[in-house]
Amino acid sequence: MNEFLRPIGVLLWKDILLELRSRELVISLLVFGIVVVVVFNFALNATPQLVTAVTPGILWVAFAFSGVLAMNRAFVREKEEGGLDGLLLSPISRDSIFLGKAAASFIFMLMVEAVLLPVFAGLLNFSPASFSLVLTIVLATLGFAVVGTLFSAITVQTRSREILLPVLFFPVILPVLVGAVEATKQSLGGETLVGLGHWLPLLGAFDALFLVICPWLFSVVVEE
Amino acid sequence: MVVNPSPHDPSPSDEAPSDKDSPRLVEPPSSGEAIVVRGLEKSFGEWPVLWNLDLTLRWGELVALFGANGVGKTTLLRILSTQSKADAGSVQVAGFSPKRNPQAIRRRVGVVAHQTFLYEDLSCLENLVHYGRLFGLKDPRERAEEAISKLGLSNRSGSRVRTLSNGMQRRLSIARAILHRPQILIFDEPEVGLDRESIKSLRAVLEEWTEAGLTVIMTTHDLDLGLSWAHRAAVLSGGRIQFPAADEYMDGVQVRQMVASALEPGR
Repeated sequence: MNEFLRPIGVLLWKDILLELRSRELVISLLVFGIVVVVVFNFALNATPQLVTAVTPGILWVAFAFSGVLAMNRAFVREKEEGGLDGLLLSPISRDSIFLGKAAASFIFMLMVEAVLLPVFAGLLNFSPASFSLVLTIVLATLGFAVVGTLFSAITVQTRSREILLPVLFFPVILPVLVGAVEATKQSLGGETLVGLGHWLPLLGAFDALFLVICPWLFSVVVEE
Repeated sequence: MVVNPSPHDPSPSDEAPSDKDSPRLVEPPSSGEAIVVRGLEKSFGEWPVLWNLDLTLRWGELVALFGANGVGKTTLLRILSTQSKADAGSVQVAGFSPKRNPQAIRRRVGVVAHQTFLYEDLSCLENLVHYGRLFGLKDPRERAEEAISKLGLSNRSGSRVRTLSNGMQRRLSIARAILHRPQILIFDEPEVGLDRESIKSLRAVLEEWTEAGLTVIMTTHDLDLGLSWAHRAAVLSGGRIQFPAADEYMDGVQVRQMVASALEPGR
């Protein structure tokens, strides 16, 4: 088990260190996310009634688009100087490589969402202090990170990766996105965990499914 | 220059090379050959690159692989290092098959390719410590410092890779390849971009490896360098490998002519 987890930690630490040095990803995502919400806020000229109806959608559009930006970068750095080949030449499993990269994307996205959520709450006038909302965000972000990492590994080999990634990514992640919007809507409406019904288990089930399938597909993708 | 492989070895095991017994380099396996390739075939689409290729490398020898651009030198090295899969044929590296036990091979080979595999925003030391941890070394920092020192980069150890010249990055890439003290070095044109002092460091590393009974295969377009460093020259042409002469005649005119001819474009 240690042989499986150790490389995940090594890769995660490397990505965190690189992000601390370059600061190119998290700041870009933050600025992008805030711009999305501000634009929606002005475009909809939201009344309190309208805000309740559209807030979950706006929130997840901002998170999802920021997530795609993060995913676009996930393997670019590895590809630039052959770092991916360096990883593949190391005596570690492909699963560990995949999960290390997915863990880094998951953490970066959560960091961005943790900053964006209070900003959104201020602009759209809702309370972010809800356990069910936080759990929804964590579960949906995990699905995003896992699927996004796989498609990032696939599209990084192509020239038009910026276009190809969202085209491939969004159809697959749609069930998670729908589940996240619905769970957020009920959560903002004051529902408790129990009241969220089947949406949270659905998100959890998709996460579990993706966590099994995506590492396997990754190992197929990176083998020449 | 006659090859004198060290005839001492345990049978190959799948465990990571230990540095307990030997403080400098791991012991080479005592039996068998370092690399054995039989009937190797590899195509890209309908374009055959390697076909019916045979190659045997003994322990303790340095083989320089020559060939014109596009004949498949890098493809062959990628297959030996498990980065690429053969279409047909059998490959054994350090006694292991890339199909059945690629991880065992990865522990035992050190690769220098055209790309450096380094992260530009990490320092030299951080890069090597990162790879040391991936290889599960017990003392990654110590090993990293040792490798960096061996390639003459100690004074730039804390510098970010992006601040190094291309030649320095190349040296660091060589340090990365020898970090885990592999049994076989697979170097693709390692001398490119290196100045004279760096080439001396590279030669010292390669000599250290072969003197310890370990094996090196390297490609190069530098005829003089390749012929003066190698115990045997191999020429890749027409999808196959030919050894132009016996080991004792590396300096012979015939060898030089054959290798020079193989390096001509369009072959």
